[in-house]
Amino acid sequence: MAGEGAQAPSRPGVFIAVALLSAGVLGYEILLARLLAIVHWHHFAYMIIAVALLGFGAAGSLVAVLQGPLLRHFRWTFGGAALGFGAGAPLAFALAQSLPFNALEIAWDRAQPAWLFALYLVLSLPFLSAALALALAFRANAARAGALYRMDLMGAGLGALGMVFLLDALPLADALRVVGVVGAASGGIVLLWGRARRLAQGGAVLAIAAGLALPAALPEHWLRPHPSPYKGLSLALTAPDARIVAERHGPLGWLAAVESPAVPFRHAPGLSLLAPAGPPEQIGLFTDGGAPSAITPADADLRYLEAETAALPYHLVERPRVLVLGAGGGAEVLRALHHHARAVDAVELNPDVLALVREVVAGTAGAGWEEEDVETHVADARSFAARSTERWDLIQIALVDSFSAAAAGVHALDESLLYTVEALGEFIDRLAPGGVLAVTRWLKLPPRDSLKLLWTARRALEARGVADPASRLAMIRGWKTTTLVVGARPFGDVAIARLRAFAAAYAFDLVWHAGLGESDANRHNRLAEPEFYRGAAAILGLDPEGFAARYKFALRSATDDRPFFFHSLKWATLPELLALRAQGGLPLVEWGFVILVATLVQGAIAAAILILLPLLALRTQRSTDTPAPARWRVVLFFASLGLAFLFIEIAFMQRFAVFLGHPLYAIAVVLAGLLVFAGLGAGAIDRLARLAGRWPPITLAAAGIVVGGGAYIGLLPWVFEAAQGWPVSARIAVALALLGPIGFLLGMPFPLGLKALGARAPALVPWAWGINACASVVSASLATFIALHVGFTPVLGCALVLYALAAAVTPWRVRR
Amino acid sequence: MRRTTARFATLVIAVQLFAAFPAATAAADDDPFAEARADMVRAVAETTEETAEWLGKTALAPKVMEAMGRVPRHLFVPPDLEDMGYLNRPLPIGYGQTISQPYIVALMTDLLEPEPGDVAFELGTGSSYQAAVLAELVAEVYTVEIVPPLAESAAERLETLGYDNVTVRAGDGYFGWPEHAPFDIIVVTAAASHVPPPLIAQLKPGGRMVIPVGSPFLTQHLLLVEKREDGSVTSRQILPVIFVPLTGGH
Repeated sequence: MAGEGAQAPSRPGVFIAVALLSAGVLGYEILLARLLAIVHWHHFAYMIIAVALLGFGAAGSLVAVLQGPLLRHFRWTFGGAALGFGAGAPLAFALAQSLPFNALEIAWDRAQPAWLFALYLVLSLPFLSAALALALAFRANAARAGALYRMDLMGAGLGALGMVFLLDALPLADALRVVGVVGAASGGIVLLWGRARRLAQGGAVLAIAAGLALPAALPEHWLRPHPSPYKGLSLALTAPDARIVAERHGPLGWLAAVESPAVPFRHAPGLSLLAPAGPPEQIGLFTDGGAPSAITPADADLRYLEAETAALPYHLVERPRVLVLGAGGGAEVLRALHHHARAVDAVELNPDVLALVREVVAGTAGAGWEEEDVETHVADARSFAARSTERWDLIQIALVDSFSAAAAGVHALDESLLYTVEALGEFIDRLAPGGVLAVTRWLKLPPRDSLKLLWTARRALEARGVADPASRLAMIRGWKTTTLVVGARPFGDVAIARLRAFAAAYAFDLVWHAGLGESDANRHNRLAEPEFYRGAAAILGLDPEGFAARYKFALRSATDDRPFFFHSLKWATLPELLALRAQGGLPLVEWGFVILVATLVQGAIAAAILILLPLLALRTQRSTDTPAPARWRVVLFFASLGLAFLFIEIAFMQRFAVFLGHPLYAIAVVLAGLLVFAGLGAGAIDRLARLAGRWPPITLAAAGIVVGGGAYIGLLPWVFEAAQGWPVSARIAVALALLGPIGFLLGMPFPLGLKALGARAPALVPWAWGINACASVVSASLATFIALHVGFTPVLGCALVLYALAAAVTPWRVRR
Repeated sequence: MRRTTARFATLVIAVQLFAAFPAATAAADDDPFAEARADMVRAVAETTEETAEWLGKTALAPKVMEAMGRVPRHLFVPPDLEDMGYLNRPLPIGYGQTISQPYIVALMTDLLEPEPGDVAFELGTGSSYQAAVLAELVAEVYTVEIVPPLAESAAERLETLGYDNVTVRAGDGYFGWPEHAPFDIIVVTAAASHVPPPLIAQLKPGGRMVIPVGSPFLTQHLLLVEKREDGSVTSRQILPVIFVPLTGGH
């Protein structure tokens, strides 16, 4: 057995095939996240993918046990597995979306967990297949682990980058076909490389042709995602004659505009019960099949825009210059124009939204708002505000996410950099004297994020040296929305009188303004107790901490380091809510959080099984391994690296997101950049070993990571602040310059370990590879879990500790 | 693919209705679901008792509970879910819609304070279970459903069951039903971003409107809109669950 490593086939083609396969796998991960976010909901998408990726761990275990026969027929096993990935990637998705899994019913229906398990199983197959090929390649080429890992990582990095572009260029179904073809090509290279018997060669050619043809031959409707019937788009399309009139695909989502002539779409979140009229007939706008919003013709009767809580700030500033953050379908832009704004700047993250609105408006009789009065900017709200030197009388943060998602708490784990202490502070800095920042959110009962928002705003004002933040804050609520206004200066008697008059006219309730008494709160939309007022008074009072400690939901302000604005579930409250299931307690459970914990637990259990199971088979081979490292060292070393690499990747994506100014740049620059640099580092391990002399190279690499990473924790905020105002290309260059050195070092420990292990105990190589894969899978949810509780900086800290730990337990400390 | 399945399910419901109803009506005395229905009513009563402190009453109106005990809920769910018809949980009925949890239906009906002479309007017929419960308690129910096949199957079902005081219409319910307005009772079950102003206009002074707020399987809270005799409008938001957000509070 031990001798097999030496005889294992090593072909140059394998290196190219590994790069292709890695590119396919990473592209498939990103694509699946998009596809499943459309079919189900995005938080389920992450869980399903996280668990399906355990197919990687399973492959490690399988190769560990069956390596003899698999290696003997390397060409066929690698080629077959890669072809299997190519065919499996589109087929598994088609099969997965035909399963009757209904995420909403999971708490009610005992069959649903079984369907979820079936989903995992189906989607894990392509990952298992690809990982079989990769694990075999590492087993066969352990001596050249650095060079192989270089191809692996660089392929993955380019795959991520390529998928971002593909999502922009192709419909999702075609992107899925591309992944299939890449997989088949990877298998084809290995099957055809070098000489073989003619019959075998013919078989290989046939298999490759089939592999390449299959993705193209699959019917479109198998591969196109069909949203769950419970999502907004599906529901809208159940109306007679309703149809999609325009759509856009992009890496930020699938946008669909729906016209419904028989039962017209009318969207006016939280319209006052006293509104004289509702919205005019609109075009529905859906993102990923959910998150309904609307495109309103600008020349229609827009009086309904006066009767929503979000109209409040127009009673506090006259003829304002307005900045709308989140242009979306245009509701806030129209509101500004309707209220005679002097000028409007509208910021929208997704250029597809603007293009779609333009197309829809052009295609209908309704007039658009685009042309004269409004300047649109494609940008992220944060970086737009940070780079701008202008000032506005009103900055309006639009309500662009959907109510049902907010109500069900599925946003809980969305990092939102819009509602943090730092973000609100930056927006406040852009207010003209006497200006107002307005934030409208969905109302949740019992009060949760509205109180959290107040606390966040309080902290933002305090950070700007405001001694009495409560006098600059005011909040009202309707039955479905709350609107917070933050003043550049304290709200005086006149402003408060106007605010009260507006609220009274539309039967909105006062949640907070300076001097508000309890008897004035909770009058129109009555709750059993004036909980909003009491919560607001406590949060803005002397002891918010004490109140928060007694409150059953987490209210602490969100920060850039813990940007989980939507998360408010406390562990201690969970059992109570689950016990209240029959009485209607479930909607208070934050599903995003429950799912994260479920993912973590499922992942950890499956990983433990996958790591321990092969030991039963490997034990019998012990005698043949001359002096082998202790197995616990192998586990600790490779698990630490798996956890730590992803920790750094995730923490950096988070850190760089605001700086780079776009979530796609975070993927393209940070994810792809780190992977490519790490690949280059992996390719340089032999040089490092020569340079290291008597020092173990792994210790050097780990020391570099710990020192460099530690320095980054201190330096990054400083660098970001200095370079924030630079143009995007310069900021990308800065980001790459920062990521380069640490990425280079990050690529070294894993292949160094694998190579050393390969020299002493080649049979353990696939097992070690599997341990690393399992740990990487658990790592993503673990990183979010840690960040949720203590922040992203500690995630980075944990990663550095893990690298130090890995260096301390290097597996070639040989057991005698 | 899903839509075809849903459509097929509705077809099956329709076929099933023809098959099942003669049997159900003929065997009213030894109704095999009588016990399950009684259990469901008991479950609703228990849940109400548990939430008594919150709701401000220990039981829902007896006539509401009696109505819940009369309506054969198993005939309002898809045939393959018939056995689950009396569980205190929401069930899927196709077209992305659900039949609400019995406890929520009972609570909503109780909040509406139905009187025998009342005229009710419902936006979002769905399974027509809520309409049937109301029909047991009021004079007339007018209900509008957006999805034509659901409206058709609801009309057939209600007719077969003898609910001749319910009128079902397929179409847009946003503007209410002016011919039969004003209404003493209005229920808006179709998920809405706002309460249509025409419905508030068609609510009689002294009338009540209930809207469940949330997503298909999760009712977050109930919105009760009341129009006073002087025409002024107030609303109450009722969490269907006893849950005091402050520890040691209440």
